[in-house]
Amino acid sequence: MRPESMNIFDDLRGQNMVVLENAKQSGRKVVGMYCAYCPQELVLAAGAIPVSLCGTKDEPIADAEKVLPRNICPLIKSSFGFAITGKCPYFYFSDFVIGETTCDGKKKMFELLGQHKPMHVMHLPQGADRPGALPWWKEELSLLKERLEETLGVTISDDSLREAIKLSNSEQLAIKELHDLNKFDPAPLSGLDLLTATFMKGFNVNKLEGIALVNKLIGEVKEVIEQGGSPFQPDTPRILLTGCPVGIGSEKLIRLLEENGGSVVCFESCSGYKTLDMLVDEDERRDPLEAIAERSLKIPCSCMTPNEGRLDLLGRMIGEYRVDGVVDLTWQACHTYNVEAELVRGYVKDNFDIPCLHLETDYSSSDLQQLKTRVTAFIELLDKRWT
Amino acid sequence: MITVGIDVGSITTKAVLMNGSAWQSTLRPTGYSPRQAGREVLDELLDKAGLAQADIDYIIATGYGRITLDFADKAMTEITCHARGAHHLAPGADLVIDIGGQDSKVIFTDGYGNVTDFSMNDKCAAGTGRFLQVMAAAMGVDVSELAELARGMEPVQISSMCTVFAESEVISLLAEGVERGRIIAGIHRSVANRVVAMAERIGKGELIAFTGGVAKNEGVKEYLAKALGREIVVSPESQLAGAFGAAIIAREKLLKAR
Ligand code: SF4
Ligand code: SF4
Repeated sequence: MRPESMNIFDDLRGQNMVVLENAKQSGRKVVGMYCAYCPQELVLAAGAIPVSLCGTKDEPIADAEKVLPRNICPLIKSSFGFAITGKCPYFYFSDFVIGETTCDGKKKMFELLGQHKPMHVMHLPQGADRPGALPWWKEELSLLKERLEETLGVTISDDSLREAIKLSNSEQLAIKELHDLNKFDPAPLSGLDLLTATFMKGFNVNKLEGIALVNKLIGEVKEVIEQGGSPFQPDTPRILLTGCPVGIGSEKLIRLLEENGGSVVCFESCSGYKTLDMLVDEDERRDPLEAIAERSLKIPCSCMTPNEGRLDLLGRMIGEYRVDGVVDLTWQACHTYNVEAELVRGYVKDNFDIPCLHLETDYSSSDLQQLKTRVTAFIELLDKRWT
Repeated sequence: MITVGIDVGSITTKAVLMNGSAWQSTLRPTGYSPRQAGREVLDELLDKAGLAQADIDYIIATGYGRITLDFADKAMTEITCHARGAHHLAPGADLVIDIGGQDSKVIFTDGYGNVTDFSMNDKCAAGTGRFLQVMAAAMGVDVSELAELARGMEPVQISSMCTVFAESEVISLLAEGVERGRIIAGIHRSVANRVVAMAERIGKGELIAFTGGVAKNEGVKEYLAKALGREIVVSPESQLAGAFGAAIIAREKLLKAR
């Protein structure tokens, strides 16, 4: 029994496009973002609509490869392809685009992208543990604030920032509550549905409506739990997915895992806990920019060195979600996640003694068969009902 | 209790029928129809054993063509089946190296045939049976002759792992007048090294079982043993490991259900 609201989420990306177009016609500004480090609070406080531009579809990659080298990550190629072909309405509608210097491929891609849209690239510190990191990042946020004010012709007051922080936090709390419901065994929501519901965040024009929809879904999922329902059999192996960001269009691994007998109960990635797990401090006495800076520097992304926070988060999630196995996804040519896979593997093995499968792939379907064999073998290895 | 395991590989389809501790096997080229090859090995086995299909209690299909066999009771991956089969052929083996037609795998087990970890080559054919086939063809010999031709030869360095590039490398080595046996030895070493790199990522292993079609090649086996520094067991039935595993898992399944 699939919660009814899921039907709404399925169509949301398309529907929001129309809403976005209307909003634009009535004079609202749209700001595109690529990454979890981008502070949507600033965009909201500027009265603009934040949209996510991170490419998650295979379709525009061929076009991107006419310009970009082939051996970079599909996420970068997809993002770039969408931008240069005009096939992504969200990019098309964006008045301003914010990039950030996370990985090398992305930051250099932004230099090319700047030829297509007004854009600003935020410079991240490499390690959040350095004493200079927070002041640096806070400085970067004020620079962005200035750029936003200048480009959009607005002033961002501390009060509007505080309000935006509250709004963002409540959105995050709602999505986190939804994710937490999957701690039940068997999971009430499939991994694919959880991703679909979370993904809408990036295309939602009206935040409050989006939060209400998530809350409605939460109500329905709770009913599913009460009635003892689940899309899975009891004892279906519970899997945690970690690694590179996944979105609708690049969900092939989640599909494979669930079609071949697994249940993806949670995500330690940008579509999941990596960003849900921490709120911006709402304390009114604080400088709101500093509070935002502090929060985003805690994001355990592989672009940071060291990135121990990811291992801590993984450990907590493995326990809380009582997972049977960990799948670590690397998009081809993503060096940071690919190298970090070795740390993840060792950490999971040494501390939890549960199996960990590292897979490297792209957005295409050319390796589905090979992936299927690995995924199925992994599930056979986790499955307590068999052999 | 009678069970059957059918391993539909990309080149050869293998089947094992187990009846208590007695077993029978058969194999044939997969050809273009994995489904038909699966059907035929089953019929052949039934013929040999003088049984009807109704006498079979459980059939497990494995290998790349496993899903096409609609008469099987269950499909399982070759990774799970090879691990179990290798344990049957080499009891106690905790590292199984399986090099087949299209892919190579290293599988770690608990020493009782249960998979604990595994790794598989990626999309390309480097280090697989197909790689050896292409190289043999480039040198105008049959794969089955490779080991003999390379015996005692000092391997020449083959630097490319890509099948296409390695082929041109081999052709230019031949043109330079390098002895064929040395080139073949180099190829054996490069296949082995590729698999060793995969294995060493995951662990060590005490007793290694080598299965799959390439296990018949003495040259690859030798370089594997040298690089891993351990004894490698190749059973005469190693090609049947997957089918054995499938038949054994089927039997265990029935025993468990009792
Ligand atoms: S993985 Fe890192 S770089 Fe990518 S979106 Fe998340 S935070 Fe940004
Ligand atoms: S997946 Fe990796 S390579 Fe791709 S954009 Fe994110 S960090 Fe960069």
